[in-house]
Amino acid sequence: MDFLRPASWEEALAAKAEHPTAVPIAGGTDVMVEINFDHRRPEYLLDLNRVGDLYEWEVGEESVRLGASVPYTRIMEDLRAELPGLALASHTVASPQIRNRGGVGGNLGTASPAGDAHPALLAAGAEVEVESAARGSRLIPIDDFYTGVKRNALQPDELIRAVHIKKADGPQQYSKVGTRNAMVIAVCAFGLALHPGTRTVRTGIGSAAPTPVRARAAEEFLNAALEEGGFWDNGKIITPSVAKQFAELCSAACNPIDDVRGTASYRRHAVGVMARRTLTWTWESYRGTRNTSEGAA
Amino acid sequence: MRVNFTVNGRPQEADDVWEGESLLYVLRERLGLPGSKNACEQGECGSCTVRLDGVPVCACLVAAGQAEGREVVTVEGLAEYARQRACGTDACGTKSASLDEAGRRQAQGTDSQTGEGTELSPVQQAFIDAGAVQCGFCTPGLLVAADEMLERNPNPTDADIREALSGNLCRCTGYEKIMDAVRLAAARQSEGV
Ligand SMILES: Cc1cc2nc3c(=O)[nH]c(=O)nc-3n(C[C@H](O)[C@H](O)[C@H](O)COP(=O)(O)OP(=O)(O)OC[C@H]3O[C@@H](n4cnc5c(N)ncnc54)[C@H](O)[C@@H]3O)c2cc1C
Ligand code: FES
Ligand code: FES
Repeated sequence: MDFLRPASWEEALAAKAEHPTAVPIAGGTDVMVEINFDHRRPEYLLDLNRVGDLYEWEVGEESVRLGASVPYTRIMEDLRAELPGLALASHTVASPQIRNRGGVGGNLGTASPAGDAHPALLAAGAEVEVESAARGSRLIPIDDFYTGVKRNALQPDELIRAVHIKKADGPQQYSKVGTRNAMVIAVCAFGLALHPGTRTVRTGIGSAAPTPVRARAAEEFLNAALEEGGFWDNGKIITPSVAKQFAELCSAACNPIDDVRGTASYRRHAVGVMARRTLTWTWESYRGTRNTSEGAA
Repeated sequence: MRVNFTVNGRPQEADDVWEGESLLYVLRERLGLPGSKNACEQGECGSCTVRLDGVPVCACLVAAGQAEGREVVTVEGLAEYARQRACGTDACGTKSASLDEAGRRQAQGTDSQTGEGTELSPVQQAFIDAGAVQCGFCTPGLLVAADEMLERNPNPTDADIREALSGNLCRCTGYEKIMDAVRLAAARQSEGV
């Protein structure tokens, strides 16, 4: 094995171009487990810890450009206002020690259906900025990023530079089922974001299909129902029958399996419950901010 | 490969390190510092918790090469680390005096390295006084994690303590005595004892 230690982003891209089989290692919280247990013996390890750019983020007008290696701890503490869904999801990852090392770039690299960043990214709306020495950089819409179980749209010579995540324009929630509050790989998970600006709702489902997915039919149904009932303007409580159908459509978007963490039918059921709850929580919060801003006006 | 880094304030060089080796392995097997425990090697138990440039991490999940040029504090160096931190604030005179003293301690021998012969840190003493140590396997990781929390958050609530220690498993104590120990350390710290 060789240990490659690029000191800059350009050097990292050059190393990846020269050795496309090299395995990047950022926080190491996925990679080292595989090496410790002899599940993986890469020819080259490509250490990204010295690439400072990957640990930085920029808050822009519309979105946050989050460096691939920014640890979950920083997201929880410093980006709560801009990225509430991802901050909540980050807080559910493992333990403080793991959150101090692991980040969204590694979560995307592994692309596990149970990765906690994914539902939050799908719900918020995001693009993954990847780059290669040969072809420069490109933006992959998050909806096209997950291509199969633990597969993603990266080419062998590419590295993830950053994730561009839409800044929250409304309430966001993240919900996860597991046996404990810490150190739990999701049995299933659900992210939801209200986007009052575009009058849309977006979702993300984790651990209930071969890849993280959005519940598109549920989103379309809810968007239409909210529009028809004038809910965005009148701020009324969402009709229970609408919430119920939304939840059922979210369950239907799942394509889960039975495994040690839970059965397929449990996952389908739990996703429906989380969908209804997160919709209720975010909508209550939307109504709250609406009422206070009207009161103030 | 060769890895150079600082452990408990002292420059260290580890030779013939395998590229896939963990920081934990290097500490225990190459540098003779077995305080950080190896229980799971997959980040689940926290018994290998050390500070890497001040940040608590699982040493079993850091590749040795990633520690190059960085500063590691293990449980062996915790007492000295806590002492210097206290000096840095106010508890023991001027800064130059404390630096002199640190230099003398290093020159004397292996105490800051192995922890032998040094007075215990407040959090270590509290674990003993509260009876928070049974088999002791989880203790080093808990001490490093608890000490870091008290550095950041001198007056933690019970929820803060539980959260800060949520990555550390103990199979003996049932955690109540550990909670007592951390509360005790916090109380003593705020009284300046
Ligand atoms: C005890 C434990 C508990 C865990 N619990 C959770 C949990 O609750 N939720 C969860 O989502 N995850 C969990 N994980 C998994 C892991 O912590 C996350 O997936 C984390 O986000 C990985 O980030 P990292 O920086 O450590 O990745 P690494 O291990 O460094 O890398 C992961 C993968 O991404 C690739 N990669 C990393 N950076 C880049 C880059 N810039 N460009 C291209 N490829 C890259 C690597 O080659 C590798 O394939 C847990 C892990 C452990 C050990
Ligand atoms: S040995 Fe590192 S967390 Fe268990
Ligand atoms: S005292 Fe035995 S594991 Fe904690």
